[in-house]
Order: sequence, then structure tokens, then C-alpha cells
Amino acid sequence: MENLERILSDHPFFHGVNEGFVALAAGCAKNARFEAGDFIFHEGEAADQFYLVREGRVALQVAAPGRGAATFLTLGAGEVFGVNWLVPPYRWVYDAKALERCRLIAMDAKCLRGKCEADHSLGYDIMKRLMPVLIDRLHETRLQFLDLYGSHG
Amino acid sequence: MMSETAALLHARPMVPQIAHVRRRRHDAPDAWTLELEMAGGARFHYAPGQFNMLTAFGVGEAAISVSGDPADGPLIHTIRAVGPVSKALTQLGPGDPIGVRGPFGVGWPMAQAEGRDVVVVAGGLGVAPLRPALYSLLGARDRFGKVTLLFGARRPEEIVFRREVEHWRGRLDMDVEVTVDHATGDWHGNVGVVTNLLSRLDIDPAKTLAMVCGPEVMMRFVSMALVDKGVGEEAIYLSMERNMKCAIGQCGHCQLGPTFICRDGPVFTYARLKPLLAIKEL
Ligand SMILES: Cc1cc2nc3c(=O)[nH]c(=O)nc-3n(C[C@H](O)[C@H](O)[C@H](O)COP(=O)(O)OP(=O)(O)OC[C@H]3O[C@@H](n4cnc5c(N)ncnc54)[C@H](O)[C@@H]3O)c2cc1C
Ligand code: FES
Repeated sequence: MENLERILSDHPFFHGVNEGFVALAAGCAKNARFEAGDFIFHEGEAADQFYLVREGRVALQVAAPGRGAATFLTLGAGEVFGVNWLVPPYRWVYDAKALERCRLIAMDAKCLRGKCEADHSLGYDIMKRLMPVLIDRLHETRLQFLDLYGSHG
Repeated sequence: MMSETAALLHARPMVPQIAHVRRRRHDAPDAWTLELEMAGGARFHYAPGQFNMLTAFGVGEAAISVSGDPADGPLIHTIRAVGPVSKALTQLGPGDPIGVRGPFGVGWPMAQAEGRDVVVVAGGLGVAPLRPALYSLLGARDRFGKVTLLFGARRPEEIVFRREVEHWRGRLDMDVEVTVDHATGDWHGNVGVVTNLLSRLDIDPAKTLAMVCGPEVMMRFVSMALVDKGVGEEAIYLSMERNMKCAIGQCGHCQLGPTFICRDGPVFTYARLKPLLAIKEL
């Protein structure tokens, strides 16, 4: 457990979190490992985990008609994915696949939701950390959508 | 002593010199690279980041950056076919004549980059004007600190100079990260906007100088991301594109606020461009 607490507080997502919070969050965490090509989760399944990447690269994909699996974002060490744990109906809306051997921290979503509900300051702290990730992803998606390179420079 | 090209340019800046296409290579679905030979086999001297006005005879002239190695080899330009002039230029084949006026403008700050870490950020065909800077950085590798290339393209098949980028990736003395906006199954590289690569980058902001070229929107966000990382606005250099006509600061075509892109640029610091980039439809 102590080890997990250290791993968690070393991860950028938890940088600066106070020790008590780290201990609480660590109670919901476990190490996970995936090999290249493994699916971490599939679209449509229950979103019962939240993932922090320690090592390796992960592709988030959706199947597009006639195009097969289309990757819309790749993530690496220090990043997080799987934010659907936070909002009902807690279901994955894309696939997550390991592009290479990955070491992740998997946080149990039910456990984490329970702790955020019971301790709103933990909940608010986690929300403040997730919100910038979500806003950045939204902004980046807009830029991808604009298809900038095709028409300029 | 003035080179032959420089002397001609100095005397008659509006008169193109004649060159011939030596080779033509397809680099991306709508972009071609032309290797040119100046009449009489003269060497063409230029600095990284400078551009030429290229004439497709009977059609017109367009500003095109030099994309070759300033220290060596023929004059090289990489052109995307977007309108009449660029289409005509990209259709020229071996032996065809082409007009060359230049080189014009102020290029990348190679001297200021000495002793510093250099982050080169390219978006799409924006890698073309950066390629001479990359050759110069790698050609005098020990004069610079860490060299990093971050390259964003629309799709894997639109990565310009792909083989060369792969070669750079294999070098031990530079870091190269490529990302695409859209990818299907057979692409195992990064997917996402180029600013993603920047946010993952570990840099010493005080030591870093950045050279950025790509669509204006991309350059705005890359500059902001660099500033967020602590890089000074004076250490971020962007190359601007505006329609050109004379390329010598006389016609006003390329004016951006108080500056002429052709004469004072196309490379400027973000500190200087920031207020101008914020104005829509300049
Ligand atoms: C300093 C400088 C360096 C440049 N370097 C290069 C280079 O290395 N390679 C290169 O391919 N181009 C480069 N350009 C851009 C190039 O000059 C223009 O694309 C060219 O003038 C287009 O001329 P045209 O007659 O073919 O098209 P136009 O008739 O001018 O335009 C036809 C259509 O294409 C659009 N268009 C114009 N320019 C672009 C563009 N760049 N991208 C997308 N759409 C455009 C116009 O809005 C219009 O709708 C550079 C421009 C500058 C100012
Ligand atoms: S193109 Fe004429 S002033 Fe710049």
C-alpha cells in the first residue's frame, strides 16, 4: 500500500495532493499491466476503472464505418484516461488499446466515487484535476476537427 | 564579396533569373519537391528560412520557401498545389524552365540558437521552411544543445519528407516526435494535435529557443503552450505567410500591421507577432 501511495503521488495527476488524500485514493488503486495489442477496455462495457499511465502508450479508438478502428488520441506516461467513470451511465464510449507494454494504475471507479461522495473536498480536488484534462481534450478535438493542415501552410 | 546571385538581385530585384527543373518528387498527396539548377550551374546562396519568388512562365509568381540544405546541393523548393501558380509550378518536370527571384527576407535565428536547446515545431508543409534550419542544426551539431523536432501532420500519408523524418528519428543526437490528427489501423505512432507533444516535452525553458512553422492557428497555440512551459516570447520564432507581390517591401501586399512580412520577416518573434496574431482577418 505504501508503495502504491508513493507511485500515486509521483504521478502528475496527483502532484501536490495532500498525503491524506493520496492514502484515501490509494485505497481504490491497483497496478495493472498490458502487453502490446491488448485491449484495456471496449466500447459499451461498464466504465468501472479510471486509469493513470505510468509507462507505455495507449491508443483510444472508435470503429468508423468502412475505415476500421480509427485512433483519435494516443496517450503516454503521466497522462490519464477513462473519465467515463465519473458520469452516469458509467459506460466506455471508445476502445482503449495498449500500443506497447503498458504499466498503469487502475483506480476502482465505484470505490473512488464512494470516497468522493463521502469526502467532498477529496471529490472537489479530483474534479479540479480532471477538469483541465477534459477541457484540454475538448480543445484539442476542436483543432483536430478543423483539419488545419489541409488548407494552409 | 557579393555572390553572382546576390549581385543580380541587388541590381534588378524584380527580374527573375532562369533556372531549370532537374528533378521532381511527389512528397504528399498535393505537394511536390522541385530540385532546380540555376542557369550556368551557379550556386544559389541563401539562409535557412528565406524564400524565393518562383515564376511559372505565363501563369505568375508565388512566394516559396527554400527547403534544401543551405550548405550543400541544388536549390530545392517544396510546393503545395493550391491555386493557379502553385499548380503550374508543381506540374513542371525535368528540363522545364522556371523563374527565380530571391532569396528574400530574414530567416531563422541560427546565430542566436547557438549554445541553446532548440525545439523545432512543424505543422504540415510548415516543415519545408524549417528543413534548412534542421540541416544547419545537424550540420554543426556541437554548437547547439538538445535538438528536438515535433511534427504534426493531418494523416500519416501526408507526412512530408517522411523517409528523412524516419532517418532523423533514428539519430541519437536529436529527438523526433511525430503526431497525426487522423489515423487508421496501420499507424502505430502518436495521434493528437502537435501541442500534445509539447505538453509531454521535458525542457529547460531558460535555455530553449523555438522555431515554429505551420498554419497560423497552430502557431498561436504552439506559442501559448511554449509560454506556458516558461519559454520567453522573445525566444519563440514563427514564420509567417502572407500573399506577396514585390517581396522587397515596396508594394504593401504583405503588410501585417506595421511590418512587411517580405522584408522584415517571414520569421518574427512571438513577442512581436502576438498582438498581430490576435487581430482577425488582417
Ligand atoms: C514567405 C512565404 C513562404 C512560402 N513558402 C511556401 C512553400 O514553401 N511552399 C508552398 O507550397 N507555399 C508556400 N507559400 C505559400 C504560397 O506562396 C501560396 O500558396 C501561393 O502564393 C499560392 O499561389 P496560387 O496562385 O497557387 O494560389 P492563389 O491563387 O493565391 O490561391 C488559390 C486558393 O488557394 C488559397 N491559398 C493560397 N495560399 C494558400 C496556402 N498556402 N495554403 C492553402 N491555401 C492557400 C487561396 O486562399 C485561394 O483560395 C509561402 C508564402 C510565403 C509568403
Ligand atoms: S510583397 Fe510587396 S511589400 Fe511585401
